[in-house]
Amino acid sequence: MTRKRRRLYIVSGFMLIFATAAALVLMAFEENIVFFYSPTELARKMEQQPIPPNRRLRIGGLVEEGSLGREKDGVTITFRVTDTVEVINVRFRGFLPDLFREGQGIVAEGSVAADGKFVATEVLAKHDETYMPKEVAEALKEAGQWQGDHE
Amino acid sequence: MESVTEFMSMGGYGGYVWPAFGIVLFVMALLWVASMRGWRNSEKILATLRNSRREREDVAE
Amino acid sequence: MSMHYFANPARFTRLAGRIQPLAGCLAAILLIVGLYLALVQAPADYQQGETVRIMFVHVPSAWMALFCYSFLAVASAVALIWKHPLADLAAKASAPIGAGFTFLALVTGSLWGKPMWGTWWVWDARLTSVLILLFLYLGYMALWQAIEDSQKAAKAAAVLALVGAVNVPIIKFSVDWWNTLHQPASVLRMDGPAIHPSMLWPLLIMALAFKAYFVTLLLARMRMELNLRRIRALRLAERSS
Repeated sequence: MTRKRRRLYIVSGFMLIFATAAALVLMAFEENIVFFYSPTELARKMEQQPIPPNRRLRIGGLVEEGSLGREKDGVTITFRVTDTVEVINVRFRGFLPDLFREGQGIVAEGSVAADGKFVATEVLAKHDETYMPKEVAEALKEAGQWQGDHE
Repeated sequence: MESVTEFMSMGGYGGYVWPAFGIVLFVMALLWVASMRGWRNSEKILATLRNSRREREDVAE
Repeated sequence: MSMHYFANPARFTRLAGRIQPLAGCLAAILLIVGLYLALVQAPADYQQGETVRIMFVHVPSAWMALFCYSFLAVASAVALIWKHPLADLAAKASAPIGAGFTFLALVTGSLWGKPMWGTWWVWDARLTSVLILLFLYLGYMALWQAIEDSQKAAKAAAVLALVGAVNVPIIKFSVDWWNTLHQPASVLRMDGPAIHPSMLWPLLIMALAFKAYFVTLLLARMRMELNLRRIRALRLAERSS
């Protein structure tokens, strides 16, 4: 075999081995790479092992329509996060991102309280990948063709 | 004139939009100037070296 | 093999001398048109309002960050396997350009994330892997500087480039493989672009402008590297004579 061909095989072999090693490492660290759990994923995790009360984690999903409310102290807000299968109740006191509203995707960081509610310390907005002018969005909504995040 | 201030304000997000464009143009310009200068300098040095070499060869004859 | 046609440095220099100014003009024109479309013509987004204009510099920067590294990795492989005389120069020349675009992708991303997401930075898979890309570029450039012998430096740098190449698919698919704050792809996806044409065109023109800019600078830097190589050889010859 020519030296060039040998070099080709060595380099290709090396790449393959390294890619496999990288894949294995990423799979092993999956837990740390995932940025948030959906309500379904969180429910599944809680079934497998109860979550200690001070464990910080993040949940993500859509703010359920009609779920936005305010607690008696007038500052803390409550809402539900859904992935259309499971729901999580969230309590939050702090600044909300500009995009926050019902139907919007969000990611919240916090911990699960004793009463099963998620007490958030930070709420971020997660928007989808569609971009269009306002007029186009309005037209789609009127035609009943809206497939986006929110109403 | 109102539309100019509206344009600058970018719906209230001007403080994010304009620095974003600004830094892009700045870095791209910097890289451009550095690359062109580096290349032109190298042409000059190479030409000087070749000329002095040619001169020495002429003298040696 | 057509690649070896360009192995002749003199031929490369002649060709580069003709293409570089054209690419430069193209880059300037496309950039001006693109900026006008991005800042004035394009409509505000239904959801993100005027901040969407940041997309017109953020996305092309990110595309270039990945494109430059892919170019660098392929050139490194060609240098290692085929020992093409210009391949390692091409890789070395492209690194600062790629590093610059990666930096810009991160900064414009932060400027876009703060108003829209509510934070300047998160350690999700997409953002973290792009930061790693920046470190790879910087490490690659440092390796060239650190090793005295240019042939040894070329080899070491090429190996680093190939090791880091694994990061490219990770970056691209990070938003699909794991839950991330960063949204999935809007253009290069299975169902076609999720961007309205009135915004897609400014984006594509800016992307083309950045590409033409890359070609311009790549050729200038490659010619510089070739000259430096010749200068080193001449000085070495003088010393030994």
